[in-house]
Amino acid sequence: MSDRVLGGTCLVLALLYILFATQIRVGFISDPMGPKVFPIVIGVALALGSLYVLFRPDPEPLWPAFGRVGEIVLAVLVMVLYTYALPHVGFTISTTFAAGILSWRLGASPLAASIAGVVIAVSIFVIFRTILGLSLALGPMGF
Amino acid sequence: MDVFSSLADGFAVALTWQNLGLALVGCFLGTIIGALPGLGPSNGVAILIPLAFTLGLPATPALILLTSVYYGAMYGGRISSILLNIPGDEPALMTTLDGYPMTKQGRAGEALALSGIASFVGAFFATWGLVFLAPQLVKVALLFGPAEYFALFTLAFATLGGIAARNQAKAVMAAALGLGVAMIGVDHQTGVPRLTFGEIHLYEGIHFLIAIVGLFAISEVFLFLEHANGTAPKASDTKLNRITAPLSMLKKTSGTMARSTVVGFIAGVLPGAGASLGSFVSYTIEKRMADKEGTFGTGDPRGVAAPEAGNNAAAGGALVPMLALGVPGSGTTAVLLAMLMALNITPGPLLFTQQPDVVWGLIAALFIGNIMLLLLNVPMVGLFVRVLQVPTKYLMPAVAMISFVGIYGLSGSTFDLMVMIIFGVAGYLLRKLDVPLVPVILGILLGNEMEKNMRRALTISDGDYSILWGSPMAIGIWCLAILGFIAPLVVGRFFRPKKDATVAP
Repeated sequence: MSDRVLGGTCLVLALLYILFATQIRVGFISDPMGPKVFPIVIGVALALGSLYVLFRPDPEPLWPAFGRVGEIVLAVLVMVLYTYALPHVGFTISTTFAAGILSWRLGASPLAASIAGVVIAVSIFVIFRTILGLSLALGPMGF
Repeated sequence: MDVFSSLADGFAVALTWQNLGLALVGCFLGTIIGALPGLGPSNGVAILIPLAFTLGLPATPALILLTSVYYGAMYGGRISSILLNIPGDEPALMTTLDGYPMTKQGRAGEALALSGIASFVGAFFATWGLVFLAPQLVKVALLFGPAEYFALFTLAFATLGGIAARNQAKAVMAAALGLGVAMIGVDHQTGVPRLTFGEIHLYEGIHFLIAIVGLFAISEVFLFLEHANGTAPKASDTKLNRITAPLSMLKKTSGTMARSTVVGFIAGVLPGAGASLGSFVSYTIEKRMADKEGTFGTGDPRGVAAPEAGNNAAAGGALVPMLALGVPGSGTTAVLLAMLMALNITPGPLLFTQQPDVVWGLIAALFIGNIMLLLLNVPMVGLFVRVLQVPTKYLMPAVAMISFVGIYGLSGSTFDLMVMIIFGVAGYLLRKLDVPLVPVILGILLGNEMEKNMRRALTISDGDYSILWGSPMAIGIWCLAILGFIAPLVVGRFFRPKKDATVAP
């Protein structure tokens, strides 16, 4: 079933891709092949692969239990929130929270996870910002 | 011999205190990365590329640092295979077969020392192979026109899909997905935006580093979240006795190492194969040839030496097509290609003629890295074993955060981080569905170059598509491509090691 969903999704994707490729506006000056042909070829290849998978699916992969899928969705949410928090709250605070939550969900006790969050955030800041001089998101407070 | 004078020049480039220091740091970091659970050479180097890039190191030192990390990670991957029966990376899979039984017999130290020496032998002689074979291939490659290059890129995808994937259709899909992502952005030849949907951030295209870090590193975090057991192995599992290999054992395995080095190197040079196939084929061949008493799989030292020499020789061999043609054949060389491209170096025949100091400096760095790794590994393996005890519940958050730091350092844009997360989710789903990630990466890396060559060929022929198979050389490459894609279907699937989705690529 998973493979059929994969094949179906990619087939739709391929058809949309070909549709968008045909709508590329070609400029006044162009080479003989133009910018449309290669994307269309790619779309066709994707569609052919998808069709095969759709009709000859592999055995079902081992999906995690429902609760564990929730964990992954939660992790994605944490990462997205982290991305948006970075410029507003600064690197250290947002990383402490993001790393702490991830560590907690990976099985650390809440206390250990909070310590891990602080340690990860501070050590990345010290190594990459203070020693190596990389640009991190500093936020309004400067850390 | 001009090869030797070039090599001497390369050593002159590489042998400065700064470069030696970087090589040492790289080897050390790399071994730790390889030993850490869930980090292999591909994703380890992938995380470090943006960092090395934003640090603003010049090309040659950055190259030396990252190749040392790569080689180090190949070394480090075997430690957990031998001690814990968990391959640290895909090529180390075969080492578990005889390495772990040796540990159970209390001979873990011997197995570790032996595998270190076998790795050195494989990598050292493969680097010599690279020195002599790559310039020959360059001579052929200089005759290639755009049509031949287009065929060559197709060959890379075809063999990769044929040999490395279990389901050819999924490999085709993977390659198409990667190529499709590469098309996003302003077309280089006409200046027309393609598939950007008016989003200004997409005009420059999606940077390959964002895709690689997302697909390899972020997806790894999700895989670990599937299980709640973020614990480390018990200390008793990783106790070592003496870490030396007796001379008699080295003598007994010398033939194995020699054969496996040759087999591994050949497997590595073939496009699409890479280190995993190298270790698999050398182990299988050695088992057929030398296993007269049926001791393979029960802790035979030769069963440790064969895959280790084989995979390191293959890693060296895989550099031949990558450097000489600019066409990587495996996941790890694809990541190395990404590294070169991030440093604004385009591999291929012109690299050898125009920037020989980069090429030969890199090759010299490989030799230096090898010797350093041998010196580091045999006495310091005890330290690296400790690294195994880092629990993933603390390690994976750190990996995720370092990935964010690296990608943020590239452009400082929130949009790029979002794209990385999307690639992370996509990488997780693709890995679960058994769609190989390497063709995706290769597609993203090579897509524009492939299209450019096709369009150049058609500009030469003024729109006549028959130029793509218009020369004997192009026809030859096309035949190889078709053969490489179809042969594994016919020959059967015994050439392929069983893979576990949770093993780091």
